[in-house]
Amino acid sequence: MREKILAVIEKNSRIDLAQLAALLGEEEAAVANAIADMEKENIICGYHTMINWENTSDEKVVALIEVKVTPQRGVGYDKIAERIYHHSEVSSVYLMSSGTYDFTVIIEGKTLREVAQFVNEELATINSVVSTSTHFILKKYKEHGTVMCEKPEDERMLISL
Amino acid sequence: MRNPLSDTITAIPPSGIRKFIDIGSEMKDTISLGVGEPDFDTPWHVREEGIFSLEKGQTFYTSNAGLKELKVEICKYLERRFHVSYDYKDECMVTVGGSEAIDIALRAMLNPGDEVLIPQPSYVSYPPCTILAGGVPVSIQLEEEDQFRLTKEKLLAAITPKTKVLILPFPNNPTGSIMELEDLKEIAEVVEEYDLFVISDEIYSELTYTGDHVTIASLPGMKERTVLINGFSKSYAMTGWRLGYACAPAIILQQMLKIHQFAIMCAPTTSQYAAVEALKNGDEDVIEMRAAYDERRKYLVKAFNEIGMDCYEPQGAFYVFPCIKRFGMSSDEFALKLLEEEKVAVVPGTAFGDCGEGYLRVSYAYSLKNLQRAMERIERFAKRHLGEKE
Repeated sequence: MREKILAVIEKNSRIDLAQLAALLGEEEAAVANAIADMEKENIICGYHTMINWENTSDEKVVALIEVKVTPQRGVGYDKIAERIYHHSEVSSVYLMSSGTYDFTVIIEGKTLREVAQFVNEELATINSVVSTSTHFILKKYKEHGTVMCEKPEDERMLISL
Repeated sequence: MRNPLSDTITAIPPSGIRKFIDIGSEMKDTISLGVGEPDFDTPWHVREEGIFSLEKGQTFYTSNAGLKELKVEICKYLERRFHVSYDYKDECMVTVGGSEAIDIALRAMLNPGDEVLIPQPSYVSYPPCTILAGGVPVSIQLEEEDQFRLTKEKLLAAITPKTKVLILPFPNNPTGSIMELEDLKEIAEVVEEYDLFVISDEIYSELTYTGDHVTIASLPGMKERTVLINGFSKSYAMTGWRLGYACAPAIILQQMLKIHQFAIMCAPTTSQYAAVEALKNGDEDVIEMRAAYDERRKYLVKAFNEIGMDCYEPQGAFYVFPCIKRFGMSSDEFALKLLEEEKVAVVPGTAFGDCGEGYLRVSYAYSLKNLQRAMERIERFAKRHLGEKE
């Protein structure tokens, strides 16, 4: 049942319990328990809203930064990552298998300058960081399996047999 | 001037849903639960294969029966999924949708006056195609108390010395009913005893929710008597590609192919290349879509029962078939009022045969969000009209 619950709420975390139970053909109480357990076990880590900021009047700049580091004795990758992800500007940090860099860091800022400043002053100055390469994201087409651009109308006929 | 028309075709009544389409499309904000096609797009890898075939310039006729590669894949698929084996060389042909296959199967098998047994409610094309092929349609009225399955008793009661063909439209549009192995065994006995033939329209075979579909052709002695019809429209969300197929004993298929050759030439080439990809690499897509339909099915059955519209649990296709007899209105009236008052379009059960009276066909080939919005409106409607009556 866990997999089934996750498959549904991964796409729609706001579905109410009664409906979720109906979709899965399970008892509401059982579904509620399973969700509570998964929250405890850190399988479900949060419920977020996917926002297309381009359609708001807010300015937002997102950058993807490749970070190369030298892991030092006693300080593995995890420790360095920690120093990076604690910054509130950082929205994602991934350790990569690439030969040319180690972390992918995704940063959100209000302006280009703000992001540049963060990279220069906060990221590049971390001891183990050898180099950074910053890529600004120009447009988001699809995120979390959802296409961000406008959805086409239902082109099917009103009624067909 | 003489009457330019054939008496046969003018005697066939037009489909009764036209007025719903006309009214519905004039109204803004109509929510439709009226379609008989998937809401999913054709899987991208399948579309890409179609595009690629155009880029390569594969724009010519294929052989009449269809691409060899596609026929091979169809036979492999039927073996893998439904445990029935056909020889791609002379027992399989590709058609323009399942609907062409229905037409040419009837034309290949009927002599004037032969009776065709048509369980109803069911898809609308069987009676007119029977008439156009010179046959006589005979309706078998299925009932909710049998879960809209065809029973041995009902079949026996309809057989006359003129009966030649039985249509088996399962999983069923519009009722969502299915036939399980035990049901089919009983039917097969009768078919054999009375020396009948079966046209088994299995276009919804991938959309069953309580176990795998069983084809009557896989029962002993039945392959010799069955024209199996299937296609890509429902299982792979490929309605607009117009692609189906028929598998049958060579003696029948040969004659069907003759009609197809003269009337059609061959099914669309681009669609055939795309379909090869669907059969080779599309199993996962089917599983995903089936899971989505199943969620909606469970939601709708519960939602209808909760608002006092009795709805038996359909086990196949993508329709629920709620009963509206409590409302004291005909299906037509109910559907029309629902459209006018709440702007929700559904199809009256009578569109699928007189015995659909008292029911509505509600399609769940829509997003859950859409279904929820529609159910809010239907609930409002039901409360108002039940209140009036009770």
